[in-house]
Amino acid sequence: MRAAVIVFPGSNCDRDMAVALEAAAGRPPAMVWHKETALPEGIDLVALPGGFSFGDYLRCGAIAARAPIMAAVRAHAAAGGMVLGVCNGWQVLIEAGLLPGALMRNASLKFVCRDVHLAVGTRASPFTQGFGNGAVVRFPVAHHDGAFVADERLRVRLAEEDRVAFRYTDAAGKPAPAANPNGSTDNIAGVLSENRRVLGMMPHPERLADPALGGKDGAQLFASLAASLEAA
Amino acid sequence: MKLAVYVTLKPGVLDPQGAAISQALAGLGFDGVQGVRQGKLIELDLAEEDRDRAVETATRMCEKLLANTVIETYRIEPAEPA
Repeated sequence: MRAAVIVFPGSNCDRDMAVALEAAAGRPPAMVWHKETALPEGIDLVALPGGFSFGDYLRCGAIAARAPIMAAVRAHAAAGGMVLGVCNGWQVLIEAGLLPGALMRNASLKFVCRDVHLAVGTRASPFTQGFGNGAVVRFPVAHHDGAFVADERLRVRLAEEDRVAFRYTDAAGKPAPAANPNGSTDNIAGVLSENRRVLGMMPHPERLADPALGGKDGAQLFASLAASLEAA
Repeated sequence: MKLAVYVTLKPGVLDPQGAAISQALAGLGFDGVQGVRQGKLIELDLAEEDRDRAVETATRMCEKLLANTVIETYRIEPAEPA
């Protein structure tokens, strides 16, 4: 797997993302500064890391979504390439028009920083095919603006098209209201694009992808990506 | 010319910040606050002097960057007397 990590001013999960990608792919990803206008040749996956790109000015992800490199990221996605946006990366993908809905201030108005349980909503994507059936995993969240908002039409559409990749749940895998850390519609924690090759998610798989960090549930997502390419 | 761009949440979009402000106002003894919605004001100073063309440019700015039209709406007003 050849991966590229886009780095914006204010990105702060880019190195964690690189470590997790290297562990899964066996080679380090290309680190691409936002002012570049092209991706390296032969990239399979573009990862947009978490952080506070451009200080969250205007709206989270709004400025980054208009950065020079984003035209190449859009073209990569349009050609069927894989794109993963985590936390601020998901905010950027939504602002760039690559994923639907909106991410708003947490319902609690508080920054939430803790581990959450997630149920894998669908295994029909390169990101999730490697998880077990009905898997419940534990990833950290750390965000202030993570309430996924979808109007009724989008809610129905995401459900009908099986595009909810992850839901916030309790430890038993139930999407209870108390397990929702930020007020997201239907406990939605991650959404796939129509072609299922772009994923935006609020929780951080790269932060729990090594036993030294207290768990390795997150490594399954990166292993899943690498395996999907080997199978292709 | 100078323009004021007001970006506000569309009706129906939950505004937890507005709700918190409303509660704080009630806590300060301001009764009868029936609703609070928080938005932002962006002041633009454009080289364009023709009002219609300036507003047209600001509209394109709103559509492309200043507002997230999924959840927000915007209003553009001249910021100086005509």
